[in-house]
Amino acid sequence: MKSVDTSRYRSKTKQTEAALSRGETSTAGIHPSATERSRRTSLGRVRPQRPRWAVIGEHILETVIRISGISAILFVLAIFLFVFREAFPVLGSEEFSLVEFFTSIEWYPTSIKNVRYGVLALIAGTFSVTVLAMVFAVPLGLGGAIFISEFCGPKLRETLKIVIELLAAIPSVVWGFIGLTVMSRIIVQYTDAPVGVNMFNGSIILALMAVPIIVSIGEDALKAVPDSYREAGQALGATKWQLIYRVLLPAARNGLLAAVLLGVGRAVGETMAVLMATGHAVNIPHGILDSIRTLTANIAAELGEAPVGSEHYRVLFLTGVLLFTITFLVNLTADLVIRGVRRK
Amino acid sequence: MELKELLRTGLAASCLAISLLLNAGCGASENTEAAGSITIQNKGSDTMVNVAQAWAEAYRSVNPAVNVEVSGGGSGVGIAALIRGAIDIANASRDIKAEEIEEARQNTGREPIGITAGYDAVAIYVHHTNPINEISMHQLAEIFVEDGSITHWSQLGVTIPNVRNDKIVRVSRQSSSGTYEFFRERVLGGRDFELGSLDMNGSKEVVELVGNAPTAIGYSGMGYATGKVKMLKIAEKPGEPGVAPTVQTTLNKTYPIARSLNLYVLGAPEGAVNEYIDWILSDAGQQIVEISGYVPISIKNQTD
Repeated sequence: MKSVDTSRYRSKTKQTEAALSRGETSTAGIHPSATERSRRTSLGRVRPQRPRWAVIGEHILETVIRISGISAILFVLAIFLFVFREAFPVLGSEEFSLVEFFTSIEWYPTSIKNVRYGVLALIAGTFSVTVLAMVFAVPLGLGGAIFISEFCGPKLRETLKIVIELLAAIPSVVWGFIGLTVMSRIIVQYTDAPVGVNMFNGSIILALMAVPIIVSIGEDALKAVPDSYREAGQALGATKWQLIYRVLLPAARNGLLAAVLLGVGRAVGETMAVLMATGHAVNIPHGILDSIRTLTANIAAELGEAPVGSEHYRVLFLTGVLLFTITFLVNLTADLVIRGVRRK
Repeated sequence: MELKELLRTGLAASCLAISLLLNAGCGASENTEAAGSITIQNKGSDTMVNVAQAWAEAYRSVNPAVNVEVSGGGSGVGIAALIRGAIDIANASRDIKAEEIEEARQNTGREPIGITAGYDAVAIYVHHTNPINEISMHQLAEIFVEDGSITHWSQLGVTIPNVRNDKIVRVSRQSSSGTYEFFRERVLGGRDFELGSLDMNGSKEVVELVGNAPTAIGYSGMGYATGKVKMLKIAEKPGEPGVAPTVQTTLNKTYPIARSLNLYVLGAPEGAVNEYIDWILSDAGQQIVEISGYVPISIKNQTD
């Protein structure tokens, strides 16, 4: 078998080879490829011939699917390279200092007399609004996940899941609009805040955007806990609360953590809604009612007007690299955590 | 089967409709082409892009043979394109610089000529409950400038009703806006803004935010006033009487934060470009200036 393989069908895909080496019975789940078919006939087994176009078509389809699978890697690499290439020249510039970039709060990209690029206030803005958003979103999201997975009946569960998916599908500009008009008025009415567009407003909007992600991934994690755990808990006389707190949450810990981290990723990367709801002020916040500016909103507001190739343009791309790194780290952590779940 | 048929006829019908539409579009442009169409390229200031588009649209009914193509990008971008000879008219919400004139002369051998087509007055807005009515240029600068000395309304002798914290909320524009640059140049004298202002993305947003915040102060075009905000009178020097932003005070140049909206052409305008500029300066063109929220030039100024 092997000799036939290597001599005549070198171009064969590895999957087919693997399937073949496992023997005929194990190929049941795999569509026989053209080479397999011809080999079988050459061995004298009678099998209806497939038309030529079907064989070619399958090859093409296989190639297309293979390309689309690999394309994600190519796109991510290409995007990173592009963003980095646009940002890179500024690192060698004399007027630009990387230390100032990270430690100064002074963001004066278009100043006439003294151009300064310090993104510390923007980093502080991004982090503070994300943390506050998670303070709202994590209890709400995990609570929602626990309710859907453990408490509600099948009918309500389906309804809730559909509604939560709808919540996830609302465009961010609509969320921003809600923050700008509805939320800001409520905040001014019930708090001391001088303006309604601030960190509190932005974080509530971000929390509402992150909750659907946390609920749906958290629910999957809880559902992955084997029923035997629940039965064992109940058999030991645990109350529902004890069961959830002592058994289910520890068992689904990694999955729930991943849900939260993906929510964080969403909040860090969000642009339009925070641009509209946070007040867009370069400011290190001292309270939750202060206006702030985030890295993403800053890029959105300024990149369109920065002359291509100028220092301002390159520094904005550098903040893009920074954002890319942050979201990459968050997503990588989430991914590693999910892997941890699978290994169990 | 029936469904398939239905789909097929539907598809055919929509294809037909699309092709008809496309044909109609092409046909229209071909017609004007046949009538000896002339295209005027017009580019520049983002402040002026709305009014320039309104002019271009209205002019289509005045002279259908002339097609005016308008794009923004900023005053500097417009003038740079004029220097290259890529466009016919550059919109600029500032005056052309001496080195730009020199460059145009070297590049094209012709002198750029400026025509004022209207004025833009930047008004200072506060909340309608704010008792302040007048502010001096110096006070305004101290509020907005980096390390400025005025941070609370009490420093201006103003008590805002029903407000505990009277810290001034500064409302500004994003750094690429022409109004931002104009304010920085005219009020701050080229110095930088104090950080921490709320930088809005549009003229309207500034006024809207100020209208909802009792301790806010912001600057925006004169045409954006609403019932919830108040425009302040501005004194050039402390002690002098304040000047309210009106059409009158903009025209006689007593209002300090106003600028002219200019059209720049290379050499004396000829033919279609000349006709177009004449029309902009006519009553019909000036009416559009007023509708767009700017101050039209008076007939008197035109003969100046």
